[in-house]
Amino acid sequence: MSAPSIVVAPPRSVRRQGIDVAGLVFAGALLLALLFSLAVLAVLVGSQLSKGLPVFVDRGVDFLTSDLSSNPAKAGVAQGLIGTAMLVVIVAICAFPIGIMTAIYLEEYSANNRFARLIDINIRNLAGVPSVVYGILGLTVFVGLLAGLGDGNGKTVISGGLTLAVLILPLVIITSAEAIRAVPSALREAGFGLGASRWQVVRQLILPAAAPGILTGTVLALSRAIGETAPLILIGAVLGSFSTAGQLGDLVTGPYTALPAIIYDWAKRPQQEFQALTSAAIIVLLAVTIIANAAAVLLRNRYSRQW
Amino acid sequence: MTSAITDPTPPAAAKAVHAPVPDPAEVSAAPGETAAAAIISLRDVSFYYGTFRAVKGITFDVPIHRITSIIGPSGCGKSTLLRSINRMNDLISGTRVEGQILYHDEDLYASYVDPVEVRRRIGMVFQKPNPFPKSIYDNVAFGPRLNGFKGDLDALVEGSLRRAAIWDEVKDKLKQSGLSLSGGQQQRLCIARAIATDPDVILMDEPCSALDPRATLQIEQLMAEIKERYTIVIVTHNMQQAARASDRTVFLNMADDRAGYVVEQGDTVQIFTDPKQQLTEDYVSGRFG
Repeated sequence: MSAPSIVVAPPRSVRRQGIDVAGLVFAGALLLALLFSLAVLAVLVGSQLSKGLPVFVDRGVDFLTSDLSSNPAKAGVAQGLIGTAMLVVIVAICAFPIGIMTAIYLEEYSANNRFARLIDINIRNLAGVPSVVYGILGLTVFVGLLAGLGDGNGKTVISGGLTLAVLILPLVIITSAEAIRAVPSALREAGFGLGASRWQVVRQLILPAAAPGILTGTVLALSRAIGETAPLILIGAVLGSFSTAGQLGDLVTGPYTALPAIIYDWAKRPQQEFQALTSAAIIVLLAVTIIANAAAVLLRNRYSRQW
Repeated sequence: MTSAITDPTPPAAAKAVHAPVPDPAEVSAAPGETAAAAIISLRDVSFYYGTFRAVKGITFDVPIHRITSIIGPSGCGKSTLLRSINRMNDLISGTRVEGQILYHDEDLYASYVDPVEVRRRIGMVFQKPNPFPKSIYDNVAFGPRLNGFKGDLDALVEGSLRRAAIWDEVKDKLKQSGLSLSGGQQQRLCIARAIATDPDVILMDEPCSALDPRATLQIEQLMAEIKERYTIVIVTHNMQQAARASDRTVFLNMADDRAGYVVEQGDTVQIFTDPKQQLTEDYVSGRFG
């Protein structure tokens, strides 16, 4: 039997055949999109820095420690910083446990039926509701409930914080649920296969694995709460100067304000000096947000290194 | 800790339904090998995902301190069947078991049975090695800690790792992550983790399919060593593995309605050298599947 004849194909060149125009155009478009968003950010930050930095140069820490005033030379954001800090604490205390527990229930405990999907869709819709609507909700619910506190109108930092907590609750639930869903099911199976109960699997395996994602999501939600203005104006964040020189309890039950409300108020004022103060307050607000995010990153890195 | 999985007063009726279905294995089995008592008996088991029946009419015994392999073509329900033995399928909603799965003559699906206790008696090793993102030590200690283990945890961890034939490789790095090990080491760590809870039975769902031949051989040797203490049920796609490593073999095939059924079962030597069914012969000789 003769060996089968071997057909030798002519060598095919590996030389470049021409320029991949479509690929280059696509890559260029992607780069343009990136540059566009970067440029917007750069213009925003740059213009605020150029207007606001002189305030810090002139007055230094005084701007952070002074109370509100109608005199632009003396006006500062101290009350706004305190108010925002208190709001953040109230929001964190209220929204995080409820939101994370809701997410755990939805992902690990509830049956995957039509009702659960309906709830899921509704939560996603709630996340898209304009914040001013939550402000009205807070006005009718929390302000009414807390009317007995302080000077009696119920528009306190507590009702403001509760309103913001409700506002970011859907975000906390969605991001936490996604972090929990991203935990590989092999981890669950391994736990159940060793005879762990559902509670043990959730507590010892799923939550530690999902913690970095939950932390990132909740802090992003918190950043949103820090920046919200509309609901706070409805819930009585003070625009204009007021005195907090009273008792410590007045902090909770008395008038309050927050950084975004101050920015909103100052930006409307006709005096040129207040425009510079507005930019300075914006810088403070950005710094607060960046510090919150940086804290989240640090916490996350520490937590994921634990084992 | 009590070794019974029931509460102190199980309904008498639940124990009485141990129907003496004639087991075809006992007819065709070679003498000697099947003399071991059954620790798990499946009696006419069907399993449903919703309305889809994945396996039907499954009846076989798992002899104690033996390795029983379940072989068959892809999609015939081997893994489903295995996971119904320790009630892992309970975690999937819409699933249902018909028939009886008896463990020491108790129905594992009786209403008074706690599935968590079932899984502590009947451990599992999965297809893909799945160590926890914890240290090697904490991986092995996980199960005992769940049970509130009070004794010498260090000794238990070392003993489990030794029995899983991985102690020498990891003894100097017990604090390192279990995920830092190679695939074969991870799978042996998972076996050590399963051993540490001191189960009676270990189910293995294609434990070597993600491993290279050398790691596969190590796992098979390990199985042969630990069968003195444990009973092993292994699902494998690899017929050579079933032939090499198991004492009993159950051959499943898929019926026309896509439900798996038992074609033939018997001692592994008989199944591979003297199958009674043409289908078995075709499968073990590699002509289909």
